[in-house]
Amino acid sequence: MITVSNARKQYGTFTALDDVSVEIPRGSLTALLGPSGSGKSTLLRSIAGLEGLDSGVVTIAGRDVTKEPPQRRGIGFVFQHYAAFKHMTVRDNVAFGLSIRKRPKAEIARKVDDLLEIVGLEGFQHRYPAQLSGGQRQRMALARALAVDPEVLLLDEPFGALDAKVRADLRTWLRRLHDEVHVTTVLVTHDQEEALDVSDRIAVLNRGRIEQVGDPVTLYDRPANDFVMGFLGSVATLGDQLVRPHDIVLTRDRAVALAEDAKVPGSPGVIEAVVERVVRLGFEVRVELRADSGERFAAQITRRDAFDLELHTGETVFARAAHRSSVIEIDPALAI
Amino acid sequence: MTIHTDLGRSAAAAALLHPRTGGSDGAETTAAGPDPVGSDRPDHRDGSSASTSRLGGIRSLGVGVVTLWLSVIVLLPLAALTVAAFGDGWAGFWEAVTAPAALAALWVTVVVSAGVALLNAVMGTVIAWVLVRDSFPGQRFVNAIIDLPFALPTIVASIVLLSLYGPNSPIGVHLNATRWGLIVALAFVTLPFVVRSVQPVLIEADREVEEAAASLGASNLTTFRRIILPTLAPAILSGTGLAFARAIGEYGSVVLIGGNIPRETQVASQYIQQQIEIDSPQAAAAVSVALLAIAFATLLLLRVVASRSQRREERAP
Repeated sequence: MITVSNARKQYGTFTALDDVSVEIPRGSLTALLGPSGSGKSTLLRSIAGLEGLDSGVVTIAGRDVTKEPPQRRGIGFVFQHYAAFKHMTVRDNVAFGLSIRKRPKAEIARKVDDLLEIVGLEGFQHRYPAQLSGGQRQRMALARALAVDPEVLLLDEPFGALDAKVRADLRTWLRRLHDEVHVTTVLVTHDQEEALDVSDRIAVLNRGRIEQVGDPVTLYDRPANDFVMGFLGSVATLGDQLVRPHDIVLTRDRAVALAEDAKVPGSPGVIEAVVERVVRLGFEVRVELRADSGERFAAQITRRDAFDLELHTGETVFARAAHRSSVIEIDPALAI
Repeated sequence: MTIHTDLGRSAAAAALLHPRTGGSDGAETTAAGPDPVGSDRPDHRDGSSASTSRLGGIRSLGVGVVTLWLSVIVLLPLAALTVAAFGDGWAGFWEAVTAPAALAALWVTVVVSAGVALLNAVMGTVIAWVLVRDSFPGQRFVNAIIDLPFALPTIVASIVLLSLYGPNSPIGVHLNATRWGLIVALAFVTLPFVVRSVQPVLIEADREVEEAAASLGASNLTTFRRIILPTLAPAILSGTGLAFARAIGEYGSVVLIGGNIPRETQVASQYIQQQIEIDSPQAAAAVSVALLAIAFATLLLLRVVASRSQRREERAP
């Protein structure tokens, strides 16, 4: 378990961490999610000891490590750009942490072989990092970090430098690895899909503060505020509320819309809108609409509903939020 | 908690997680290929052949100009020197080079130059490190004066050093006509070599690699020895080699402070000058060829070591 209490970090006039407190449960895979400049990397690097805090306390497994250097924090760290030791073979890279601890040769050899097998790099022992692909290099970096039996594994945008296909594969692979090797893991990402996919807890950061912490489903369905809602998925403005585009129901008949809407407590009401454009995106259809107020928004409906509605540009429809949809009142202080 | 016990079940884990059997990143595994010589790096080989065909005419003109220039400036004079050295045949050459005074001068030259080169390897690396990694007032000024020994006529260097460490030393240090005098003079003129070859490598060095080492438990000293030094080694080596090659041929900076004492502080270049003065050009040429051979061997050794370390990083063993 990792705890960070009242962490503050200032770079000149820029506040990277503004009184951040967070708990990361033992054995979990937690994502720190946020836009660039939100402080997520600074938070991770403070946990690792690569960055010092102006004030605040960091504990790892019950031990106060605030004043400890990274060497004595019991961490494994994986960098976005691999940070491979280029002059060493894959084997020596993975063995590095063990060999500087002067472990017996046989033990090192056995452990390195085990790890290379786990990360799928057996047979690559004698290659140099330059002879590996990006994904292979990152798996080597992961094996290197795991070799020292870290209390916590810290990953800083680990898939950020990889192309989309490899990134998706490695993400799935990391999830399965975590299920096998239950080391407490913190992953920094700016990609909400990655966070939703891989982690079992997400902390959303914005402007040096934590907006919300929870499991992916809670964050998606019951966001604490409009920032979290907007960052975790696309949103549409319906009246004075935010709704997910796939939660918008379109109806031709005003009476039907009003009757249905009355059953939904706290709904934004029924909005009359003109169809501006209908876009087919494979199995789903995006309907771009303009409300009476002039506000533009998009609804995402199924192909079948689109057939039933027979929507055409210029026609008037009635939009409402579906039952049990996530709805957030817009905070005028925070524009999205 | 640790993951140690979990690793015991690695066979099961591997079966589950292996990217090839798991099919998770098959595309990238094939890209790197089963071919151990790196079939995924075609860019190296294709790049040069493409430029050959497109700029063929300019290339051959360029090669011609370079060959002509090198011939006039370097190769022909060297050939003429070699011919002069062997004017009295192999025996004459050997006799001239193995004359006790000549051998002593060559010995002094090589020993002192090697010492200076080693000194430079250490001090040059330290200076480059401080200039890149630390910040202090006057840093840019210090960075600029590193090149001063290149710009200064070497005889001026000799006078400068003589005024400080000579017979009338204001600080009471007398290095005049000692080997220490030689070492100081040569260290002065060869100062920039290691600094200027290490500096760019250090600027380019990936700081995250050092952070990675620290996160794995490496102390600063261990990180320097096992991570930074191997990265800098080729640059240090090439700077040291160039400093050595420069030092064995140095004349101007040692001519005043060295004292020109045979078997003590007389270096090969001074011996050559002396042979010319006593009208023995063949002996002068012979010792020159010996110096040339040493310099050439040094540069050759550098090339071999550099290409070997290059290959280690880029190709399969």
